[in-house]
Amino acid sequence: MKTPLFPGYRRENGRVGVRNHVIILPVDDLSNAACEAVAHNIKGTMAIPHPYGRLQFGADLELHFRTIIGTGANPNVAAVVVIGIEPGWTKRVVEGIAKTGKPVQGFSIELNGDHKTIADASRVAREYVQWASELQRVTCPIDELWVSTKCGESDTTSGCGANPTVGSAFDKLEAMGATLVFGETSEITGGEDLVASRCATPAVAEKFMQTWSAYNDFIVANKTDDLTDSQPTKGNIIGGLTTIEEKALGNIQKIGKKCKIVGILEPAETPTGKGLWFMDSSSAAAEMVTLCAAAGFVVHFFPTGQGNVIGNPILPVIKLTANPRTVRTMSEHIDFDCSGLLQRKMNLDQAGDELLKVMLRTCNGRFTAAEALGHREFVLTKLYRSA
Amino acid sequence: MIHFVVHDENDSAGVVVVEGIKAGQELSGWVMDQDKTINMKVQNDIPIGHKFALKNLAQGATVIKYGHDIGKTVAPIKTGEHLHVHNVKTKRW
Repeated sequence: MKTPLFPGYRRENGRVGVRNHVIILPVDDLSNAACEAVAHNIKGTMAIPHPYGRLQFGADLELHFRTIIGTGANPNVAAVVVIGIEPGWTKRVVEGIAKTGKPVQGFSIELNGDHKTIADASRVAREYVQWASELQRVTCPIDELWVSTKCGESDTTSGCGANPTVGSAFDKLEAMGATLVFGETSEITGGEDLVASRCATPAVAEKFMQTWSAYNDFIVANKTDDLTDSQPTKGNIIGGLTTIEEKALGNIQKIGKKCKIVGILEPAETPTGKGLWFMDSSSAAAEMVTLCAAAGFVVHFFPTGQGNVIGNPILPVIKLTANPRTVRTMSEHIDFDCSGLLQRKMNLDQAGDELLKVMLRTCNGRFTAAEALGHREFVLTKLYRSA
Repeated sequence: MIHFVVHDENDSAGVVVVEGIKAGQELSGWVMDQDKTINMKVQNDIPIGHKFALKNLAQGATVIKYGHDIGKTVAPIKTGEHLHVHNVKTKRW
């Protein structure tokens, strides 16, 4: 497959997106209702409600801001209306998103009430959506594409077929100069030595091991049993996965055979260069994909075994499976059926190429199954209790 | 028809990749890393995605898959028997 181009929306800061959303973004839980009212008023806009943003502090608050600002700053987003209960943190989110140069305006509810806030924000949202609807995709080189991956409801077929297919695609994309990320810190457990051996330098490997060890220490300190049913999940076990080590070895098939890890990211942190990155992140699907979107990734590969149905509001989630039963029973969720791999009807190289074709069609605007079905799981990672 | 796949020829377990496998059935498998085919008879019904032992494993033995340690047996497992959470546990948590 020769190096392809992809059609995308070039944003004010030079980054390229593959969707053109106008979002109505709450700073906090209290502003969800106003955001949803604006999105109801103004067709073609989308509210992204969530349950947090009050009384958080320290690293947990920083992660909240990084995730909310990152979501607005993502190149799949053309323009943003921000609503918060009070003006201070609302301004902080607006200023963070404004660094991209994209249109963004904030509204706060105190001293205005929902009615006035909704009316004022709706006027701006209408202007934004009419402006955004005239923007056109342009042809871009693939080294400007940012692609994330995370698997979910994995089973043994994930490690045999769907995850290696992502690995094949990642090896190809890395060679083309794309920016890539994987994570799921706890789900590396059992294969951490293999991931460390794939780091580009000893310093990166050391930082990876520190990151993995810190997460593992936290789990060991808080666990009440052997994590049966949590990690692996009940769904994983029904699907045939027996231990975390087996799950991890299947999981890391997603980074292929060749790509090297160039750096370690904090949750929702934006990479500073091309190549494959590891992000310290939850292994829960919606949390991880939300962090990828906040870090600036614009398209996502999601291999599944038993059939995780996740989507994301701004990041198209491409789902693939090698489990023929999942294809048979849950076909409406599957964008790419790679079950032929396990019957030797295609090889990994071909499966990787086919996945890249699905990715390019998605970049060109084809809805993923999750988009068509309305899956918009937006789940913030919370590090600890609020003050 | 491939009934099961094996990642590496030194692995302890094979993964059933078709539905409806019954006890006593003779299966054909594909060893992916070495790209060769093998035949095995299973001793239990094995659901799709589940594993069976490719060799006799004593209690306390390390289970190998992907050529790596994936846990330990907590009961002896005979060739062709279902290998899962009832007889294999993590070494980590």
